[in-house]
Amino acid sequence: MNLLRCLQGLTRAGRVGVALLALGLGSAQAGVKVERLVLPNGVPVLWVQTPGLPMVDIQVDFDAGARRDPKGKEGLANATADLMERGLKARGDAPALDENQVGEAWADLGASFNLGAGADRFSLTLRSLTRPTVLDAAIRLAARHLGDASLDPDLWARDRARSLASLKESLTRPGTQVERAYARAVFGDHPYGREVTEASLQAITVADMAEFIQTHLRACRARVSVVGALDREQVRERVTQLLAQLPTDAQCAPLPSLPPVQALREAQNLRITLATAQSHVRLGQPGIARNDPDFFTLTVGNYVLGGGGFVSRLTEQVREKRGLSYSVYSYFAPGLQPGAFTIGLQTRPDQAEQAVQVARDVLSTFVREGPSERELRAAKDNLVGGFALRLDSNRKLLDNLANMHWNDLPLDYLETWTRQVEAVTTAQIRQAFGRVIQPDRLVQVIVGP
Amino acid sequence: MRKLCGWSLAFWTALSGAAPLTEPPTQFQLANGMNVIVQPDRRAPTAVHMLWVRVGSMDEVDGTSGVAHVLEHMLFKGTPSVAAGEFSRRVAALGGRENAFTSKDYTGYFQQIPAHRLPDVMKLEADRFANNRWPDAEFRKELEVVKEERRLRTDDSPRALLFEQLEAAQYVASPYRRPIIGWMEDLDTLEPNDARAFYRQWYVPANATVVVVGDVQVAQVRQWAQRFYGSIPARAVPARKPREEPPQRGLRRLEVKAPAEQAYVAMAFKVPAFQGFQTPHTTDALALTMLAAVLDGYSGARLQRALTQGSDRVADSVNAGYGFSGRGPQSFYLQGVPAAGKTARELEQALREQVARVAREGVREEELRRVKNQWEAAEVYKRDSLFNTARELGTLWIEGLPLDTNDRLMEALQRVTPEQVQAVAAKYFGDDQLTVATLLPQPRSDKPPRKPTQPLRHGGTP
Repeated sequence: MNLLRCLQGLTRAGRVGVALLALGLGSAQAGVKVERLVLPNGVPVLWVQTPGLPMVDIQVDFDAGARRDPKGKEGLANATADLMERGLKARGDAPALDENQVGEAWADLGASFNLGAGADRFSLTLRSLTRPTVLDAAIRLAARHLGDASLDPDLWARDRARSLASLKESLTRPGTQVERAYARAVFGDHPYGREVTEASLQAITVADMAEFIQTHLRACRARVSVVGALDREQVRERVTQLLAQLPTDAQCAPLPSLPPVQALREAQNLRITLATAQSHVRLGQPGIARNDPDFFTLTVGNYVLGGGGFVSRLTEQVREKRGLSYSVYSYFAPGLQPGAFTIGLQTRPDQAEQAVQVARDVLSTFVREGPSERELRAAKDNLVGGFALRLDSNRKLLDNLANMHWNDLPLDYLETWTRQVEAVTTAQIRQAFGRVIQPDRLVQVIVGP
Repeated sequence: MRKLCGWSLAFWTALSGAAPLTEPPTQFQLANGMNVIVQPDRRAPTAVHMLWVRVGSMDEVDGTSGVAHVLEHMLFKGTPSVAAGEFSRRVAALGGRENAFTSKDYTGYFQQIPAHRLPDVMKLEADRFANNRWPDAEFRKELEVVKEERRLRTDDSPRALLFEQLEAAQYVASPYRRPIIGWMEDLDTLEPNDARAFYRQWYVPANATVVVVGDVQVAQVRQWAQRFYGSIPARAVPARKPREEPPQRGLRRLEVKAPAEQAYVAMAFKVPAFQGFQTPHTTDALALTMLAAVLDGYSGARLQRALTQGSDRVADSVNAGYGFSGRGPQSFYLQGVPAAGKTARELEQALREQVARVAREGVREEELRRVKNQWEAAEVYKRDSLFNTARELGTLWIEGLPLDTNDRLMEALQRVTPEQVQAVAAKYFGDDQLTVATLLPQPRSDKPPRKPTQPLRHGGTP
């Protein structure tokens, strides 16, 4: 009893603690101060100076993720990213480098460089020591990947063969099957629902990649985020060098508009037969875009429903009470366009129907009634109390910066985050879930025997 | 109690002072034998708290495989003062994130928390370390969750099944032969008292260490550790049977049939482990580490270059790795996916040929320099994560190694010579200490399939 009172006391004290916490971050870390600068060529840079370790993380994002893959050439953005990593043509005194020489050059620097595409973003990430000789060379080499990619057709032929083989392998797995069927059903013909196929990989050529680069990888489309032991001048100088080979335009040509994500007209139940030890289940529908005004409301609500570690309603009902699944969760995937709201679990095949029913009941009840005041308090205690855990490494800070930048969030986003969470009410959660989720119109996919 | 609450806040506010951002780790022992390691890192106002118990699947006996991991799950199921599930609710209310993990060598529990919440989680963790109690019904329910975990991680994953079988074939006496998650047949017959007995036997203070990394002061953590953990009564750590693996006398080969499109081959060579800086095997262990990196430490390293490129490539992907250290025997692994039109046997020969080439021709200074540069940078990068720092410290304690091992290791690795790398390539890669496992892909039909290389976790979302 004593202990409990004490913990409650602490929790209350914790709310006072949050204000202190923000102060602490500022002083202890000399820099969760997010700053913005704009390069002469118009490229915006968000950055945080963290003097603690002699290293820097840089991310450059372009609006060139998989959703912009041309129909029939699904996989283009990622294939281009892979090939851009693998070879450079000569420019000036800089010699051509084949894929092995590129690998050696990065290893010699002890730096890591990566290109890749998600649904929305095509991203470059670079991690390097800030020792000037190393950082100089790393920035120069990364800049060459953006400007001098060799796009060797023989390399693509080999990479494609490898991708085809691993695609076939992945299709033997229940996890892949359930994800693909689910995305198709939720998004229909919208690019978020399209998938890489044998045919789409076969259709991609290095000419497509060159055109992709020409269209998308331009200074006017770049958003840069930097976290590390660099000051404003150093950030300005390094990012300028990094993007030096991107074409600059007075203004970017607009990208083609994409179709909207359509709401589901009716429920869909899909079953895919595969002889597996477990049935894999997905339930859901189109959810929200990141600019949805209810973003915070739904984030807090989902913590209660299926987001909060071992304490969510779904975990309580499916795992803790009934032992039906090792992992059960729900999430929103807010993108530039509405991503899916998804519930997922895996269970022994003979229990699949039961587990699905339990998950459906939990969702319906939650949408109808929303969380209790006590559950909302618990959600806020965790989200607000744990806010510092979202910022306690350079890597995490970089994720936050890139997210702010990508979604046009205000510079004081991190400072107001906990207030936004605190402001959410049970009525708002009920209302927002009622608007966004229709439990009678869900896509349900079960893959299993 | 009130005093404690008020105190942690006061502690918190006091911290905006001027102490250095990071300090080296400090280690001390409580009167009951429990070890404590503290490493201040004040880059952010957070901390990670871990409790490591020197007990893992290697401490199990036949018939109750998987019990160490099942017990890890049961630690979330209550004490006389904290009801089932309440531990997680309290950590969540503190703003914390938590989980647990089990490996062959250890079981660990952790919470990531705002630094001023440290005493709260220490108190909770000490309570369940000393007083874990639950009814049989909770055990039976959780056992079903663990079986689902096994189906997810192993039974439906052909390569996990392959590694499980590989280890089972590789060892006859060493407890490393058993899967961490346990054989399904053993899980089916596991009883609540198996877990309770394992708990009583191994969860004793002198068999555990607390690790705290973050925005903390050593003197303060010491005080809390004494208060919360120091009050647990001392008990003897049970004697352990060494169960050394007898020498292997010839190649072992096995096949695993499972639903897949691609074949897979995994080779495990028994090699010495690193057990400190002054053992007969130290030089070889360091050279084996370098050998793995020269073969596969970066993009374009030897294996990739020789086996996965060109139109007549033998593999779609390849990998080399060395276990390095642990409480049990260690292996050097070569593995890969054959390219279309190539057989697992061809890939097996090609992988071994790359080691044979090092044995014949040696390696170049520049390859070693490259790997050393990479490691030096990685030493900086890895400090970005408090969690990784804490995990490294916990692992060192589990293996009985001093806390400055990694710094000294970096120095020692800088001194490894091409001749030493060549020597280990010539010494350890014959047939007699080798086990080869090949995955024979089957169309998915009747029986469901089953190595977790990662420690198992109490739970999580993909």
